[in-house]
Amino acid sequence: MILFHAPLGFLRLLLRSVLLALGQIWARKGRSILTTIGIVIGVASVTAVIAALTGLRANVLADFASLGVNKIYLHSQKPDRGRDRDARWDDLMLKPEEFDGVLDQCPSVAALTRVVEESTTVRVGRQEADVRVIGIEPAWHKIENRSVTLGREFTLIDTTSGRPVCLITESLRDKLRLDRDCIGQRLRLFGRAHRIVGMVEPSTKFGVFGIGRRTEEVFVPFRTLRKVQDHWMYAIAASRSPEASEEARAELLHFLRRRRKIEPGEPDTFGAEAIQRFLDQFEETAAMITLIAGGIVGISLVVGGVGIMNIMLVSVSERTREIGLRKAVGARASAILLQFLVEAIMLCLIGGLIGLLFGQVITSGIATIPKAKLERAYIPMWAVGLSFGFSALVGVVFGMFPAIKAARLDPIEALRHE
Amino acid sequence: MMIELADITKVYRVGVERIRALDGVDLAIEENEYLAVMGPSGSGKSTLMNVLGCLDRPTSGTYRLDGQLVSRMGGGGLARVRNRRIGFVFQSFELLPRLSAAKNVALPLIYSGIGWLGRRRRARDVLTRVGLAGRVRHRPNQLSGGEKQRVAIARALVSGPRILLADEPTGNLDSKTSAEILALFDELHCQGQTIVMVTHEEDVACHARRILRMRDGRVSSDERVPRPAESSGQTEGGET
Repeated sequence: MILFHAPLGFLRLLLRSVLLALGQIWARKGRSILTTIGIVIGVASVTAVIAALTGLRANVLADFASLGVNKIYLHSQKPDRGRDRDARWDDLMLKPEEFDGVLDQCPSVAALTRVVEESTTVRVGRQEADVRVIGIEPAWHKIENRSVTLGREFTLIDTTSGRPVCLITESLRDKLRLDRDCIGQRLRLFGRAHRIVGMVEPSTKFGVFGIGRRTEEVFVPFRTLRKVQDHWMYAIAASRSPEASEEARAELLHFLRRRRKIEPGEPDTFGAEAIQRFLDQFEETAAMITLIAGGIVGISLVVGGVGIMNIMLVSVSERTREIGLRKAVGARASAILLQFLVEAIMLCLIGGLIGLLFGQVITSGIATIPKAKLERAYIPMWAVGLSFGFSALVGVVFGMFPAIKAARLDPIEALRHE
Repeated sequence: MMIELADITKVYRVGVERIRALDGVDLAIEENEYLAVMGPSGSGKSTLMNVLGCLDRPTSGTYRLDGQLVSRMGGGGLARVRNRRIGFVFQSFELLPRLSAAKNVALPLIYSGIGWLGRRRRARDVLTRVGLAGRVRHRPNQLSGGEKQRVAIARALVSGPRILLADEPTGNLDSKTSAEILALFDELHCQGQTIVMVTHEEDVACHARRILRMRDGRVSSDERVPRPAESSGQTEGGET
């Protein structure tokens, strides 16, 4: 019977304490609000920071997604140690043939394109434009997620024989004042006529990484450009899934090391960077910022907590006679303790609630700042839970001392208190 | 025997000095007694009240309430005894200013775990008993001194205590209101309530049926007051 009734009695007492605390707080509205300012500021700032980071993260993730999280970049790189440290750059350059058979030997790699780039000026009649010419293979469209919207991709013959064909973007077409359907028309690149065979989707590479002005792009078959620029090239591989990205990278490393006959222990003579890795780095940075912000906010919560403790001590002292009376009519020390502890917790929770509202206001504010890339900022549910959890914790920690003081009051002394 | 105090001592330490506030008090109080405790200040009468009211534990000696040894009880047990078996009336009423009369009266019932409806019903009943049926919703600052003390008495009675302890209950009241309060005590006594009252006024003590005088922590005299039946009847008749 007692076992059955004890939790019910406790719940009843808890409910009483909550109502009593709310009454107490309401009776001293002004003082209570001032007291909770520390908590309000702490919670408002932490939720705003978390909301901003959440928005930033959403944007960055979207950018990465448009970049392709399963991409791995392979490029020439001089090692900073080992026997190739002083090798000539020319000897370390990646060569197209080094990638032959890569898809057969790297099961986690879904696709690979060799890429070569060169800047030049393109001419059509009297119109001209500065462009970035990119030599690609058909797999590029899938890897970069930019398909051909009009016309066709490069064919096997285009690729293997390096025919003078090209793909352009709509913005270049407009800049060169070509016809809307410009397929079949010719433009001059490197002093040679190239026939337009298709249109490529514009780049979605903007956002966090869209730094600098956008240059116009012209795409030609890899071999075609390689005839002009046979010095520097790189390759982009795509893993079968974002999760397989590290595995694909390891396979590519192994493949190229074997191809280049690099002894075990010697450093790589090329670089292999998975986009996923940048993403991981960003996540780490974001977590770090959250942690630092959390630390700063922790300090403000502690300051707020001291304010709560102070006002609770004042409250205990003001209500000494009341405590004495309650004890005289049969309140146990634990009931008094609970009453004051609950009051401190309620104060903190109210502060947390107000802080959360302010945090939401700040979040709505920063979301409207132009170019801040924070339009997706919002307070996630876990941050709401965290705010209330921490507020309650501050209430418990800093309310405990005044509550114990109240519970330990001697009723006779307390009733004699002036 | 309802209350049995045997060789109760209470020693306070003030600095290096030891003060014997109670020095070997033996006292027995029976059911439905009306006892007045008198004595000059420092005689130990307040300490005796605190011990009787289970607010304080004696340094030595035994205190039995209804045969139960309360002098050995812990804080929780004493709180329970105060809650269920003792009703306090204080000189300065000790009402909580923000609560209505009914809520003030119901306060002890919160700590005995009685539900909201039960608390309200019992508070109204007992307020009616002390003649304040029309003051249920009033706050203490809307009540006169006599009414406040009636509310306090109602609060003391609400849990149906075995013993009503009143510490100078008329100390803050004028003579007319005092008479009303004392008449109420007489009435409660007639209804069977055991009352112990501390006072330093002879005419207040006269209402009791037994007067205990204290000096230097000891009982100096303990006498029954012979009281003709019509006297108490007259007081009651005068009031109602």
